[in-house]
Amino acid sequence: MNFLSSHLLTLILFFPVLAALVILFLPKDEVKAIRWTALVASLVPFGLSVLLWMRFDSSASGFQFVEQYPWYEAIHSTLHVGVDGLSLTMVLLTTLLTPLAILASFSIKERVKAYMILFLLLETGMLGVFLALDLLIFFVFWEIGLVPMYFLINQWGSEKGERVLWGKVKMQARNYASLKFMIYTMAGSLGLLLAIQMLGVLFQTYDLPSLYLKWNALEGTVMGLPVATVKAIAFWAFVVAFAVKVPVWPFHTWLPDAHTEAPTAGSMILAGVLLKLGAYGFLRLVLPLYPAEAQRFAGALAFLAVMAIVFGAFASYGQTDFKRLVAYSSVNHMGIVLLGIAAAAKVGLNNPDVALNLSKNIALNGAVLQMFNHGLSAAGMFFLVGVIYERTHTRNLNDFGGLFPLVPIYGGILLFTSMASLGLPGLNGFVSEFLVVRGAWPILTVYTAIAMLGLLFTGAYILKSIKQVLHGPLNEHWAHGEHRLTEINVREIVVMAPLMVLMLMIGIWPAWILDVINKAVMMLF
Amino acid sequence: MQFPILSVIVFTPMAAAMLILLIKSERKNEIRVTALAAASLALLLSLWVYFSYDKAAAGYQFVEKYNWMPMLGISLHLGVDGMSAPLVLLTGVVMFTGVLISWGLDDRPREFFAFLFILASGVFGVFASLDLFMLFFFYEIAVFPMYLLISIWGWIKTREYAAMKLTLYLFIGSVVSLIGALVMYWQSGLHTFDMLALEQAAFSPGFQKLWFPFVFFGFAVLGGIFPFHNWSPDGHVAAPTAVSMFHAGVLMKLGAFAALRVGIMLLPEGAKSWSWLIMGLALVNIVYGAFIAMVQTDFKYVIGFSSVSHMGLVMMGFSTLTRVGLTGAGVQMFSHGVMTALFFAAVGMVYDRAHTRDIPRLGGMVKPMPLVAVAFIIGGLVSMGMPGFSGFVAEFPIFMGIWQVRPLVAIIAAISIIVTAAYIMLVIRRVFFGSMPAEFEGHIGPVAVQDKVALVFLCVIMIGLGLFPSLMVPWVQTGVQHLLSLLGGA
Amino acid sequence: MTAFVPSNILAILPEILLLSLGVLVLVLDPFWKEENRRLNLGWLTAGGLLVVLAVSLALARPSAPVLVFGGMLRYDLLGFAFKMLFIFGAAITALFMMDVEQVGRRAEAYLLLLVAALGMSLMASAADLVMLYLAIETTSIPLYILAGFLTGDERSTESGFKYLLFGALTSAVMLYGFSLLYGFSGETSLYALAASFPTFSLLALGTIFLVLVGLSFKVSLFPFHFWAPDVYEGAPTPVAGFLSTASKAAGFAVILRLFTVVFPSLSANWSLILAVLATLTMTVGNLIALAQKNIKRLLAYSSIAHAGYAMIGVVAFSQLGAASTVFYLIAYILTNLAAFGIVTAFGHVAGSDDVKAYYGLSRRAPTLALMMMVAFLSLAGMPPFGGFVAKVFVFAAAIEQGWVWLAVVGVLNSIIGLYYYMTVLKYVYLYRMEGEEEEKHPIPLSRPYAIALTVLTIGIIAVGVIFAPWFGIATGAAMNLF
Repeated sequence: MNFLSSHLLTLILFFPVLAALVILFLPKDEVKAIRWTALVASLVPFGLSVLLWMRFDSSASGFQFVEQYPWYEAIHSTLHVGVDGLSLTMVLLTTLLTPLAILASFSIKERVKAYMILFLLLETGMLGVFLALDLLIFFVFWEIGLVPMYFLINQWGSEKGERVLWGKVKMQARNYASLKFMIYTMAGSLGLLLAIQMLGVLFQTYDLPSLYLKWNALEGTVMGLPVATVKAIAFWAFVVAFAVKVPVWPFHTWLPDAHTEAPTAGSMILAGVLLKLGAYGFLRLVLPLYPAEAQRFAGALAFLAVMAIVFGAFASYGQTDFKRLVAYSSVNHMGIVLLGIAAAAKVGLNNPDVALNLSKNIALNGAVLQMFNHGLSAAGMFFLVGVIYERTHTRNLNDFGGLFPLVPIYGGILLFTSMASLGLPGLNGFVSEFLVVRGAWPILTVYTAIAMLGLLFTGAYILKSIKQVLHGPLNEHWAHGEHRLTEINVREIVVMAPLMVLMLMIGIWPAWILDVINKAVMMLF
Repeated sequence: MQFPILSVIVFTPMAAAMLILLIKSERKNEIRVTALAAASLALLLSLWVYFSYDKAAAGYQFVEKYNWMPMLGISLHLGVDGMSAPLVLLTGVVMFTGVLISWGLDDRPREFFAFLFILASGVFGVFASLDLFMLFFFYEIAVFPMYLLISIWGWIKTREYAAMKLTLYLFIGSVVSLIGALVMYWQSGLHTFDMLALEQAAFSPGFQKLWFPFVFFGFAVLGGIFPFHNWSPDGHVAAPTAVSMFHAGVLMKLGAFAALRVGIMLLPEGAKSWSWLIMGLALVNIVYGAFIAMVQTDFKYVIGFSSVSHMGLVMMGFSTLTRVGLTGAGVQMFSHGVMTALFFAAVGMVYDRAHTRDIPRLGGMVKPMPLVAVAFIIGGLVSMGMPGFSGFVAEFPIFMGIWQVRPLVAIIAAISIIVTAAYIMLVIRRVFFGSMPAEFEGHIGPVAVQDKVALVFLCVIMIGLGLFPSLMVPWVQTGVQHLLSLLGGA
Repeated sequence: MTAFVPSNILAILPEILLLSLGVLVLVLDPFWKEENRRLNLGWLTAGGLLVVLAVSLALARPSAPVLVFGGMLRYDLLGFAFKMLFIFGAAITALFMMDVEQVGRRAEAYLLLLVAALGMSLMASAADLVMLYLAIETTSIPLYILAGFLTGDERSTESGFKYLLFGALTSAVMLYGFSLLYGFSGETSLYALAASFPTFSLLALGTIFLVLVGLSFKVSLFPFHFWAPDVYEGAPTPVAGFLSTASKAAGFAVILRLFTVVFPSLSANWSLILAVLATLTMTVGNLIALAQKNIKRLLAYSSIAHAGYAMIGVVAFSQLGAASTVFYLIAYILTNLAAFGIVTAFGHVAGSDDVKAYYGLSRRAPTLALMMMVAFLSLAGMPPFGGFVAKVFVFAAAIEQGWVWLAVVGVLNSIIGLYYYMTVLKYVYLYRMEGEEEEKHPIPLSRPYAIALTVLTIGIIAVGVIFAPWFGIATGAAMNLF
């Protein structure tokens, strides 16, 4: 038991890798064995993170369950992991969504072994980012997460669809999407890499806690340039990297393609967790390391956030592809996260105004909770799109219509999840959006006002999508014969159930999670 | 007297070559088995040397010294330090996997393995040599077998041209360095070729400034530095698989290492004066090499230019003359060596079956060769510097080193990372994934077990080093420490 | 003038033995049957030469240098080392000569060989102008005849004739130079001449030029190298081999002794002259070799170039320089004899000296191809063969004395050389015969060739790897000069 508690985080982090190794040695034809091994194996980190949650002391400040092991001593980098409320929430989200996504992947029939191995490796990559307290380790896991996702999209993504590049080169849509995803993210991370290198060179350490102190204490000139300039450049380097991931308009163009072409479970994880990596980067790195620059540029960030909210909503509204609609909705929802962060940045550190500080906290709380909530609802939405796609092999909204009587249970679940996404009071979306708006209003009034417009349209597109799928005249095509629509099955319900429970719980009684988040957020910034 | 392990490592391949030449041509299996036995022995011994190296004591270990010609101060002086021990290990690894990959060679395997082993002896000799004369002796031994290996067993379209170009280029480079070395010999007044003594020779700064370019760039030609890199892509492509593995995996490191050993370590002041030029040229290597690789349509040329680009990183690391930069360069020599050996092995396997390397004509190779595909992907991730693999462990410190000296260069060099990612992913997708063209359906045979063993071995090394940098970095650091003391604690 | 001391006989013991062997060959010849003649003659000569070598090494090794026979000869290590080389070279050549039609069965050929070797021995130890000239002629005349020995072959006759004319002409000029030397000093002994040329004078320089004419001819130095390709091509191949090695080495022995002993005060001048000539020799030799389609001509131009390399050591007027030249010649003799021997063996079977005939040799005779590779790589200056070490030392000697540009020229020329040597190897290993039926056209090696080539190959590798003892000998020889 002692081993368990003293190595809890590394266990959570590396268990998926172990599981992947085990699966490596399973014969590739034993599909059932592979699926169930993967599922059971992914439940272990989930169980451990629940344990972590229960053992987490929400009244204490700072990082808990800290572990540090030597890794690359030559450049002063160690495997330093720890959680605070923020990362704990994200870890929980990740370990929850992964088993659900794996369960959702039971319908994958080709090369299941490779698929599951990649999925588990992806989980470790994501967890690593959330748990890292060493900047280099952060970057290592950040990059590691890219590769499995690339292959997941590339190999198991939607088979139809072609893109034409530069007028003549034809490329399969999923290839285009995966390559764009990878290159975009890597290009975005390039600045991050360079900035990290610079930090390592300057301070001879990558340890985050010490970097917080040293970096903020830096004065004078650095490499011939004034500190302020260097910090500003590094700030934007960090911001660009995370902005690509979140994604923030205008760095979002990879997302619709990637989400649309990815296999269902891939989209669930992509929207559910991967986007949060970017937001997490903002919270964990950008705000604490660059409080002054963040404050200076908070207006710009807010502008981008609002653009994301508004354009995301408009773009969603205009889609005919159901999945693409949900993809743009991610842009929209993540914009809200960024708005909260921007608001907090604007207030800055050590602001004497008590009211503003309160708003700042509220905004940050909202942002983090929105991260969690969007994780749930986006995963849910993508899954539901996948459910109907598997049956109908189309995602075109115009092909559907009036399906409610055919698939009432599915319809009910879809309605529920959509409402959560829309922000209906009583469900989780409302709580986080309300917090963000309440927090941002005193700080960034105009931007928030514009953002409300976006939120209005959020409702519009969600309702439109539901109408086109479930309501209206029944599309006879799906009513009879071989195209007869089958109801959602037990496995699929099992996938949605935990998500729905959480959506409801957070909607009615958010305290259990907000307490944890709040404590962390107050310490953070 | 302690067991002369380094001499055994250096001369085993040569002895094996002689032995193989005595076997009748028709007895191909005996030839192959002998070759494998010798390669395994060399590998095991080099592993032993590597892991028995006492990092706390540092310095040169396993030293052997036999007076060869006292009159001129020539001795067979062997020893390894933290920088050369990994390279000795690398040679053992590449030799071993090269023999496995060449198992199926049917045209005069006797001569092939004999020449390959002479080459291997030369390479081992250079890495282990602590005598300047002997370094050249072994260096030239490593050059001329390439000519025969490429021109006889290479790709029929360009082998003659490529072999001649390669040999002449390398020879020119080495004789330029030779002149520099002889000048150093006389200037030192010590009448010895012993490099340990020459390290302390204290040449005048003016002398060093004048002669450093000759010595460094003469060897750096073999390292593939721009603008003397032109022999490399053609040479890589024309050579048969195992020879390409050796060429890119080991030989180019030979050049870089000799440039370090003879150039930087013996003429430190010269190195400091000329580091800007090395940095500039290395930068061209890195960026230009990556861009050129992107537009290639021949699979092997992509890898060839990728080697040019990655060797640029090694030289870049050298040029920083900082602890981290040099450490990164040392690890990069090993990491790139393993990676590129894997690449060429994989390319060779594809070519052997598809009989074409034209990327537009290939596709879907993952189905008949899944292990090759995965291995190639892993190699690709290493070349991109993806964390978790040895490439990152090597490239990251190099960049840190560049930051310490000239941040702008680091930013420019970082572009190559993206370009590398782009072309690697594109190549992987086009060759291994997608649909297999009809002409290959049913014609792609499976990969033999010895090929698989070789690939897995190489992958394990790259992943192991990536996850556990402590498997190599401490060794390199001791070597770097010594280097820095020669540079005056820079 | 030193009085005659019986032990001085040892000074000319090799010469005496050579003469005796020659007489023996001549006497025994009529008693042998026609079909055995070739074998007997060849083995007798070769064996006899080896006996001479062994006996000389055992008994006739000099200790301190001393002038003997009235100052005609100098009994020292320089002369001795060269003598042993010549005898070895002659032995190998005798073995090679055995299979050549019209030559192998004629006792006269072997006798001429022995006389030539005798002359060379005298050249190496000559310490007097008269003796020197006598020795040079004693060497040259048999070689003229040997070059033209294949009376039925037009080219051989032409070669012999050309060699004779050229040789006679240059010899005459050289003699004129000798007479001038005598005129200036009143001395014919080399060791006394130096006193008459204490400082630079145009006359001395002029004399040097005249003397150099003859000697350049002997070592085929530019611009007196023109005879070499034609003569080598036309002469019977083993003779060409002998010409290109032993004869050249004899010339070098004379140059070394003459220039370091007689003109030390003008060393700055003649060094420069020789440096320029060496440069031209190497460059012309290598560049023209690039274009050759006949392997004998290619080797001829290659030999010319090698004379240039060896000359670099002479230019570096120092002990190391002289030692490196001697060492170079040791390695070179082994290497070039091997090259010509291979050409002889091959030409005997294939009947052609065109480079194209060598296509696919590696499949027809793998061992012969390997030996050819060893020889050619040694010529190119690659380790682990003697040629590499020889070149490095020669360049080192040059750099020590400040002749860096000359070393650079030598190095650049090595690169050109590497190109055409590798091209030949490419033909041997890569290209195929017409019809690709190499197994049906093997190249058998007769016993004498096999033995000779094996000895030479081992020698090339031995000199290249364990070079300390050989360099020690060379240094010992060089010490006699400085």
